[in-house]
Amino acid sequence: MAKDVRQLERVVIRIAGDSGDGMQLTGDRFTQETAQFGNDLATFPNFPAEIRAPQGTLAGVSSFQLHFADHDILTPGDRPDVLVAMNPAALKANLGDLRDGATLIVDSHDFTTRALARVGWDSNPLEDGTLEKFQLHALDLTQMTLDALADTGLSRKDAGRSKNMFALGLLSWMYSRPTEGTIAFIEHKFARKPEIAGANITAFRAGYNFGETTEAFAVAYEVKPATLPTGTYRNITGNLALAYGLIAASKRSGLPLFLGAYPITPASDILHELSRHKRFGVRTFQAEDEIAGIGAALGAAFGGSLAVTTSSGPGIALKGETIGLAVSLELPLVICDIQRGGPSTGLPTKTEQSDLLQAMFGRNGEAPVPIVAAQSPGDCFDAAIEAARIALTYRTPVFLLSDGYLANGSEPWRVPSLDELPEIPVCFASEPNGPDGSFLPYLRDPETLARPWAVPGTPGLEHRVGGIEKADKTGNISYDPDNHDFMVRTRQAKVDRVAAALPPLAVDDPSGDARVLVLGWGSTYGPIGAAVRRVRRSGVPIAQAHLRHLNPFPGDLGAVLNRYDRVVIPEMNLGQLAMMIRAKYLIDAISITQVRGLPFKAEELAEMLQGVVDHG
Amino acid sequence: MADLGLKAKDFKSDQEVRWCPGCGDYAILAAVQGFMPELGIPRENIVFVSGIGCSSRFPYYMNTYGMHSIHGRAPAIATGLSTSRPDLSVWVVTGDGDSLSIGGNHLIHALRRNVNLKILLFNNRIYGLTKGQYSPTSELGKITKSTPMGSLDRPFNPVSVALGAEGTFVARTLDSDRKHLTSVLRAAAAHQGTALIEIYQNCNIFNDGAFDLLKESDSREDWIIPLEHGRPIRFGKDGSKAVVRASDGSLTVADQVDEDDPRLVIHDAHVENPSYAFSLARLSSSDARYAPMGVIRSVTRPTYDHLMTDQLDTAAAAAPGDESALQKLILGNDTWQVA
Ligand SMILES: Cc1ncc(C[n+]2csc(CCOP(=O)(O)OP(=O)(O)O)c2C)c(N)n1
Ligand code: SF4
Ligand SMILES: [Mg+2]
Repeated sequence: MAKDVRQLERVVIRIAGDSGDGMQLTGDRFTQETAQFGNDLATFPNFPAEIRAPQGTLAGVSSFQLHFADHDILTPGDRPDVLVAMNPAALKANLGDLRDGATLIVDSHDFTTRALARVGWDSNPLEDGTLEKFQLHALDLTQMTLDALADTGLSRKDAGRSKNMFALGLLSWMYSRPTEGTIAFIEHKFARKPEIAGANITAFRAGYNFGETTEAFAVAYEVKPATLPTGTYRNITGNLALAYGLIAASKRSGLPLFLGAYPITPASDILHELSRHKRFGVRTFQAEDEIAGIGAALGAAFGGSLAVTTSSGPGIALKGETIGLAVSLELPLVICDIQRGGPSTGLPTKTEQSDLLQAMFGRNGEAPVPIVAAQSPGDCFDAAIEAARIALTYRTPVFLLSDGYLANGSEPWRVPSLDELPEIPVCFASEPNGPDGSFLPYLRDPETLARPWAVPGTPGLEHRVGGIEKADKTGNISYDPDNHDFMVRTRQAKVDRVAAALPPLAVDDPSGDARVLVLGWGSTYGPIGAAVRRVRRSGVPIAQAHLRHLNPFPGDLGAVLNRYDRVVIPEMNLGQLAMMIRAKYLIDAISITQVRGLPFKAEELAEMLQGVVDHG
Repeated sequence: MADLGLKAKDFKSDQEVRWCPGCGDYAILAAVQGFMPELGIPRENIVFVSGIGCSSRFPYYMNTYGMHSIHGRAPAIATGLSTSRPDLSVWVVTGDGDSLSIGGNHLIHALRRNVNLKILLFNNRIYGLTKGQYSPTSELGKITKSTPMGSLDRPFNPVSVALGAEGTFVARTLDSDRKHLTSVLRAAAAHQGTALIEIYQNCNIFNDGAFDLLKESDSREDWIIPLEHGRPIRFGKDGSKAVVRASDGSLTVADQVDEDDPRLVIHDAHVENPSYAFSLARLSSSDARYAPMGVIRSVTRPTYDHLMTDQLDTAAAAAPGDESALQKLILGNDTWQVA
């Protein structure tokens, strides 16, 4: 059959099934094919916290959403144009998110009365008109997979496992994706089990061929490659980019990397990744708890490593006392908080931005810590380098905030050449700096207020540091009231100094006529950007600025805010940045908040922004 | 070891020592400063890390590198330092509350990993710094400010805890016996891996006399069970008491034991199986006054520090780790060009 190919500018696809159905893998592969093809893309994996939730239940549904386009895009998309549902639960759980007229590809194999009843359907939605608004393709994907693998000798159960590859093959045909990469991937992944590799490839090809031969799909689609800035690109998730950023910072500073960490979702992948790169001098230490993780990192910092600890909100809460010690010792330390829904265990696999105030204030005493935040998966690389730069330059713990959405989501990333990256010069103290050959561990650099970093092994600079208040310059124990007042203010002043070396805040206000500024931080960058574009398309000017640095704020932030009549701050929390902005700049910022464990939908956010523009 | 010409006074910092007059910590400090020159390690390569407590002020008084950290966390901090800088000699100073209450988790994990740390556990069986609450080593029924009707929880025996974690070096000594303390420090310093030294320490303010039985001349020989590798375990004023192996294999104290009694136990600190050392530690459970002293266990196992370094070396030998290798890594296998 001659292929009728229709051009599209953008498509949002969601693939959903049981958590055991391999949906994340299928999504990853389709993403890789799409990246290879040169589309811009954004992904959103969404899975339950339980490793194997009961089969066929709504709680066990795992999904992967991919938005790809022939132009640059900012989010994984609000409403899927296409849903692939592998069972009734997957259909039911995702139906509400589809746009009208969306394409539905449903594996009809499991639509038995029992399976339907499990998800609360008393009649079959494939037949009862429930899906009238959609272009429904009810296909027995499982049976077709079994048929394709009939000659392999695999058991029904094993053969059935390849149904995700059949679906991937079908999608690859529908969207004219290159297939070589997936075949090579399967061969590599199952190199030790050739019969499984063979079955998956057969199923994948069968799905592709089914698309080509069946009458069911009259058209295939094509989304032309996007025109992005020139360079070499790859697809990357936030956690991977963050891990690479840390290794790059280690190379650029010439310091060995030390990670002390305790596993926690969604931060663990950084520990996993870094533990694979020992050849770059990376030491990873899986500690007995979060406190030991950061403790070991702080010990390594004392010894002269680029020290890092990674965790999520609950772990950060445990680390608080040690962060305070690091503030007092004035040693460099990068603390990565991959935020998730809270409080307590909260929503381990879902995203939220609710640790900003914990990072800001979650310690006893006046314990200021610089904070930087990543805004997109690829940006985690640069944010990690920036966090390391501040830590090493100012000798201070630094918070690096990411979140579950950035950690697991992916996007095309222009791979930087390492020599383009900023050098991070680090100079250990080697000579006495005080009178009569003495060493003053708290004598400060006049510009950065950083104290000398004298690592053990340096003769003549033996000194003691500790959490008890220290006398200015000597670092000896001091309970003197004036000295304490001075040291508290000096530690704050040092953190404030970070702003002096920051570039001006970038404000996106193309026409210069905007009266409303949308201010954001972290992973809301994509949704805010997409929402702002929508508002502008309707002819209304609106400005956007996004904060990399949350403590201290860039020096010109106050001036920027004052240029606009209204400042709107969308956040996935109850208004934490808004609180900081209101307190610091006495501005009546409008807070737009959402805590659903999911990123903002651009469409909804655009409506809210429009509302502000219209009504103030 | 190299003689660097250092003296005890070279290890004294310029800070005024601020323990209560008469505190056992002074004697321990003097013994450690006296022993340090023997190490043959330059001062700059020695680091003392402590937690919080009276005892944990120790690093301020040592003219080496030092860190007075937070309550209970010294073993964790020292683990990061020692594993990232295996060239250093890292010592931990901790109290019974610091190491066995708030920091109990870090202590057992350092021991099980066999990180190259020398841990000096100052056991005064009381919380000194917070002014006299009972500690996890205080005897059952202890009356303190927080336990006016007596404590309800059974104490830890730090040596048993360390052996339970299969520590490779476990010893016990006494603040006032400088010679014994120094000999134990010497053995610990020579050990590769975590060395835990429990030091009975008198807090003359809040728990005075806790170890008098082991100090006074008319009682100490009856209660100290001296352990010397390769020597029969005999004690008592006239040397007539001994540790013997009962027919069921357990260890007990017996009176009037002859030199050639086949039940007499010859101390072997190098027995792999920690049950033997554990039985020694438990001798105090028959009578809490018994105090086995000396190196209870000292066995050889690779240190965590070296194992970690070996993994890095192996990885570095297998594939390059330079800047161009890193460039290749971050590029990955699935790239595309945008022209
Ligand atoms: C997080 C925390 N909790 C409690 C304290 C209070 N505190 C300081 S030292 C101490 C107990 C010290 O006892 P021990 O470790 O036996 O040391 P000693 O003073 O007896 O040498 C306590 C409870 C603290 N400093 N930090
Ligand atoms: S309170 Fe006890 S342990 Fe603390 S310094 Fe005084 S005597 Fe020593
Ligand atoms: Mg104590």
